[in-house]
Amino acid sequence: MTLAASILAGDRLSLARLLTQVENDSPAGRAALMELFPHTGRAHLIGVTGAPGTGKSSLVNQLALHYRKQADKRVAVVAVDPSSPFTGGAVLGDRVRMRDLSGDPNVFIRSMASRGSLGGLAQATAGMVQVFDAAGFDVILIETVGAGQSEVDIARLAHTTLVVEAPGLGDDIQAIKAGILEIADILVINKADRPGVENTEKALKSTLELAHPTQRVFHHHGRYSYATVETPFDAKLWIPPIQKTVSTEGRGIPELVEAIARHAEHLRTSGDWAARERARLEVELEMLIQEALVARFREDVPPQQFRQVVDRMVQRDVSPWEAVQSLLNGRSK
Amino acid sequence: MSDKKIRVLVAKPGLDGHDRGAKVVARALRDAGMEVIYTGLRQTPEMIAEAALQEDVDVVGLSILSGAHMALAPRILDLLKGNGQTHVKVFLGGIIPDEDLPRLKEMGVTGVYGPGANTEDIINDIRGALAEKA
Ligand code: B12
Ligand SMILES: Nc1nc2c(ncn2[C@@H]2O[C@H](COP(=O)(O)OP(=O)(O)OP(=O)(O)O)[C@@H](O)[C@H]2O)c(=O)[nH]1
Ligand SMILES: [Mg+2]
Repeated sequence: MTLAASILAGDRLSLARLLTQVENDSPAGRAALMELFPHTGRAHLIGVTGAPGTGKSSLVNQLALHYRKQADKRVAVVAVDPSSPFTGGAVLGDRVRMRDLSGDPNVFIRSMASRGSLGGLAQATAGMVQVFDAAGFDVILIETVGAGQSEVDIARLAHTTLVVEAPGLGDDIQAIKAGILEIADILVINKADRPGVENTEKALKSTLELAHPTQRVFHHHGRYSYATVETPFDAKLWIPPIQKTVSTEGRGIPELVEAIARHAEHLRTSGDWAARERARLEVELEMLIQEALVARFREDVPPQQFRQVVDRMVQRDVSPWEAVQSLLNGRSK
Repeated sequence: MSDKKIRVLVAKPGLDGHDRGAKVVARALRDAGMEVIYTGLRQTPEMIAEAALQEDVDVVGLSILSGAHMALAPRILDLLKGNGQTHVKVFLGGIIPDEDLPRLKEMGVTGVYGPGANTEDIINDIRGALAEKA
């Protein structure tokens, strides 16, 4: 039986091993992904991102518990923590907050180090998610530390992205980046038991209003009002709702799960689900094509030829663009 | 591939709350370029074996300062074997009396370390044990 086949048959050890192969982008991993691909496309991918310590892992723990107990969904978790840029090592500590999930065969948690290269992380995460999807997990929660590009990449991968904020993290209006709204489908204010929730909420609301000028509804005679979260004036427009949670106790989780379900419903009725799926596959294809072309180029151009061209660039004999032309032409000879 | 990362689970089984040693070791292994999954305190043997499986680790590192190692270690070794993870190397640190060493080795524990153990030695021993296997 192939690794892929035993995963489809529900073998957890094979699943764990394939995740490693996919993470390492090994030939065996690639072969299995090909075999599994027809079985993917069923899971709901939920990204959970936000600043360090806002309670993402605790929230993932609660969401997973809820999906298990209230909906009997099979839940996978991919928890990404940063690798040290100096040593390449990492301490992955997200499991510490997910101990409630142990002992349940319908939950599978996998920790993952970011391993430096950003495109690489996105690709590895996408691959691992496909494996879980094919293995029949209904909900896949992806935790990443909110940091620039990786955040955007994960948001692109997920169907629904939660951006987690917490009071007391310097939450004035400036501190809440307008950028998060490009990725947030739902804004979560976790640690709602802490003082300062109102300020965080206010800051988020004003960021929302600034970032959604298109939601202004113009009435006759020049008056205008804002579409509120409860009554979006256009069913095709999704306005990120703000949900308050206390992940240490599970407060606000049923409401958050409901908001996630509403978002999934919105994606389906508006056609966005299919559109996102298509966009995601497009990006993936482009990434793989780039990689394949570069690999083929490296195979075809001998290192000494490459060095010679660099030498000529150093001597200002050829410009970088001419160098590209000459190497690409050399390849086709 | 030579750049395959060594993955290590560092766990504290049982009720003992001494976590300094486990954290020191986790950080040292990270600084040696390994990927360390830290599970936190009060793990049952079942939780540890399950995490080791899900994370597909090469090494399970146990930190036990409570004196309960002769009960916990064999249970965890059995569970790992039962899950088919026969290739996983188990390292143990903490307060381990010398007279327990022969029996621990016999059970299949690869290395045992006490107070003051040099983390360089631990790193080299892990690398050595995994290279042997390969
Ligand atoms: C600091 C300490 C505490 C602190 C712990 C703080 C913390 N968060 O860790 C506090 C004050 C809380 C504490 C409490 C207790 N302690 Co105390 N404590 C110590 C002490 C003095 C040092 C331990 C330490 O942190 N060392 C520093 C670290 C870096 O060293 P280490 O843990 O040994 O780790 C090294 C190696 O063992 C090895 N290693 C460790 N883990 C791992 C894992 C792997 C994978 C590998 C490869 C290697 C490895 O490498 C490390 C680096 O060299 C020891 C005595 C001693 N000298 O060891 C007693 C000691 C461990 N404590 C002891 C006791 C009895 C207790 C209490 C029960 C006391 C009481 N009656 O209340 C409580 C229990 C607390 C609990 N919930 O479990 C006894 C244990 C006796 C035994 N096992 O037979 C000891 C040995 C003291 C003694 N001589 O009696 N303790
Ligand atoms: N008071 C309070 N504390 C919380 C809440 N949620 C999480 N915490 C605590 O916040 C700390 C960080 O929680 P994590 O879940 O590890 O946060 P995280 O965002 O995953 O952290 P990183 O992965 O390190 O970025 C822990 O001490 C949690 O117990 C909450 O709702 N209220
Ligand atoms: Mg976390």
